[in-house]
Amino acid sequence: MSNEIHSTKFQDKVESNVFVMFVMLAILLSVGGLVEIVPLFYLKGTMEHNKHPEIVWQREEGQTLADWKPGDGIRPYTALELVGRDIYIREGCYLCHSQMIRPFRDEKERYGHYSLASESMYDHPFQWGSKRTGPDLARVGGKYSDEWQRQHLIAPRSLVPESVMPNYPWLAENMLDGDSVVSMVKAMATLGVPYSENDYGADFSGAAEEVKGKTELDAVVAYLQVLGTMVTFEEGVDYRE
Amino acid sequence: METTEKYHFDVVRWFTIMAVVYLVIGTLVGVIIASQLAWPALNFDIAELTFGRLRPLHTNAVIFAFGGCALMATAFYTVQRTCGVPLWSNKLAWFTFFLWNFIIICAVITLPLGITQGKEYAELEWPFDILIAVAWLAYSFNFAMTIAKRKTSHIYVSNWFFLGMMVMITYLHVVNSLAIPVSLFNSYSIFSGVQDAMIQWWWGHNAVGYYLTAGFLGIMYYFVPKQANRPVFSYRLSVIHFWALMFGYVWLGAHHLQYTALPDWTGSLGAAVSLAMIIPSWGGAVNGMMTLSGAWDKLRTDYVLRFLVMSLAFYAMSTFEGPVMSSKTVNALSHYTDWGIGHVHSGALGWVVMVAAGALYHMIMKLWNTEMYSDKLVNLHFWMATIGAVIYIVAMWVSGIMQGLMWRDYDEFGTLSYTFAESVAAMHPYYVMRAVGGLIFWGGAAVMMYNMFMTIRMASATRGVGAPARA
Repeated sequence: MSNEIHSTKFQDKVESNVFVMFVMLAILLSVGGLVEIVPLFYLKGTMEHNKHPEIVWQREEGQTLADWKPGDGIRPYTALELVGRDIYIREGCYLCHSQMIRPFRDEKERYGHYSLASESMYDHPFQWGSKRTGPDLARVGGKYSDEWQRQHLIAPRSLVPESVMPNYPWLAENMLDGDSVVSMVKAMATLGVPYSENDYGADFSGAAEEVKGKTELDAVVAYLQVLGTMVTFEEGVDYRE
Repeated sequence: METTEKYHFDVVRWFTIMAVVYLVIGTLVGVIIASQLAWPALNFDIAELTFGRLRPLHTNAVIFAFGGCALMATAFYTVQRTCGVPLWSNKLAWFTFFLWNFIIICAVITLPLGITQGKEYAELEWPFDILIAVAWLAYSFNFAMTIAKRKTSHIYVSNWFFLGMMVMITYLHVVNSLAIPVSLFNSYSIFSGVQDAMIQWWWGHNAVGYYLTAGFLGIMYYFVPKQANRPVFSYRLSVIHFWALMFGYVWLGAHHLQYTALPDWTGSLGAAVSLAMIIPSWGGAVNGMMTLSGAWDKLRTDYVLRFLVMSLAFYAMSTFEGPVMSSKTVNALSHYTDWGIGHVHSGALGWVVMVAAGALYHMIMKLWNTEMYSDKLVNLHFWMATIGAVIYIVAMWVSGIMQGLMWRDYDEFGTLSYTFAESVAAMHPYYVMRAVGGLIFWGGAAVMMYNMFMTIRMASATRGVGAPARA
């Protein structure tokens, strides 16, 4: 190479020193992520419950998860729902089902009220999905009976002949393991999900009690049946501005 | 004339072989899951073989097993050639090779067992995430140190792209994988809901942007000029589009979340930058294509060059389609449909695999110091790959747009025209067509693997009896 510079002096310097190039890249590559991600943790407008606190369940003294009724507001998952959610992730349900209703007329009619960010604030990781090979499940809770859900999970085409969903017969056979459920709830609590001592005790051993004798099918159905049922939406209120 | 002994090429040979092997395996799993969507009985009611568990295996196999080995083979090859020095550490390169392949074996075992973090393209559980970080840093450090001790005054352009990829993938992998372990094979992301979604798609889109685009542009910048025997068309264009691409791509992830519960400013920002990204993306495509000016006649006889040129055509098409899909109006229709799958595969089959195949053929001939066993089979592979990819993409365009239109269609009474199940039934012919396209593409990859093994066998048989070395 000759000493002639074909671009700028600075570019020439960057091109002739790997360390300078590395530092330049390290700085440049961090900008977009910092601008788009960091504010989401701080801007109050991101989570709707900052403006509409009533969408989150306000526990009264001594109340447990068992006292919650549908529509009372967003709450942590019960132990059974949580393990159902883990199975949902294990089976890769999120690869074909979204849980994120967009604010369009057809989606409102097909699936219900558009989803709120606050509704998934206890979802580690989020389950919004990216593809609808099957329908959205954000508000599937209560749409079908438990019996329907059980049969549909074991043999989908017996209820929906056009379906391309796999059969999940093993869910009905696999029993839940209490110990691992305890560590799941404990991990969620560590991440800041507000379980109260009254829910499962200080050592979360109550979580094992809750799933005793239950199958994986029971857990998945419990999870599906709570989806989208937590918030009572007021007619005419725009939660997302 | 160089002898291969001057450089550490054994590790490159093995990465090359494994890349081709994983291409065949990864696309085969793709054909299987595509068939499962057309004929759900193929799930066989066996947990380990269901779509939901094999799909992560497919994506991980093609992205990290095939793509990773192709990137490591080409980066280690080009960095030695362009710097004029052997790898900084041959041992570290071999360590990278064994660790990377060990991770792949772990993935093949754990993903069908349902052991997953549940984040797309980042499914592997936390112990493997740590191993990936170690392997990636070993790869990157070795690469950067080799550049540091180079004999040339300036760093060659393909190495800029590899270096950018290495830095960005480190950021993405580390941040997106932050999780607390529940047990050895279970963990929860420390982020939740909307923040987790943004971080996931910051990762998801930039795995495409840096791993599958910047990394493979690095491949393009070495192998297109080499194979065409022409200098890169424009140095200035490469400088401008490199920095624009590096700065801009990071912002795109948010366009995956338009109209969701992600604040509107973030999605719109992502979409706006996406639109602007046509320019740097096409900068690369133009620079590659124009490198052939004055040498277009070579396409008639050089089948390897055909792969490289076709890949650039797909790249240009795909990087035009992407910004179109991220514009709000189109996104409202295309999001959640098969169009997204079609877009990914026009990039993956058309761009990534084609450019890698061109580079791998080139390297096979150089590394084993021979011609290909059969040029006709290279040509056959080229046509199978092209036709297979086109069938796949067209099927997904039709099904995706049809899905989007059916979901939002109203009848004269103002009620939804179709149930969801009806839209699923309408997809069947296109899912069959997609599986056929994928099968043809896979067949091409299998032809490549056969051709590669025969070439190596031929080269090994003649070695030592004075086979003429290739320049």
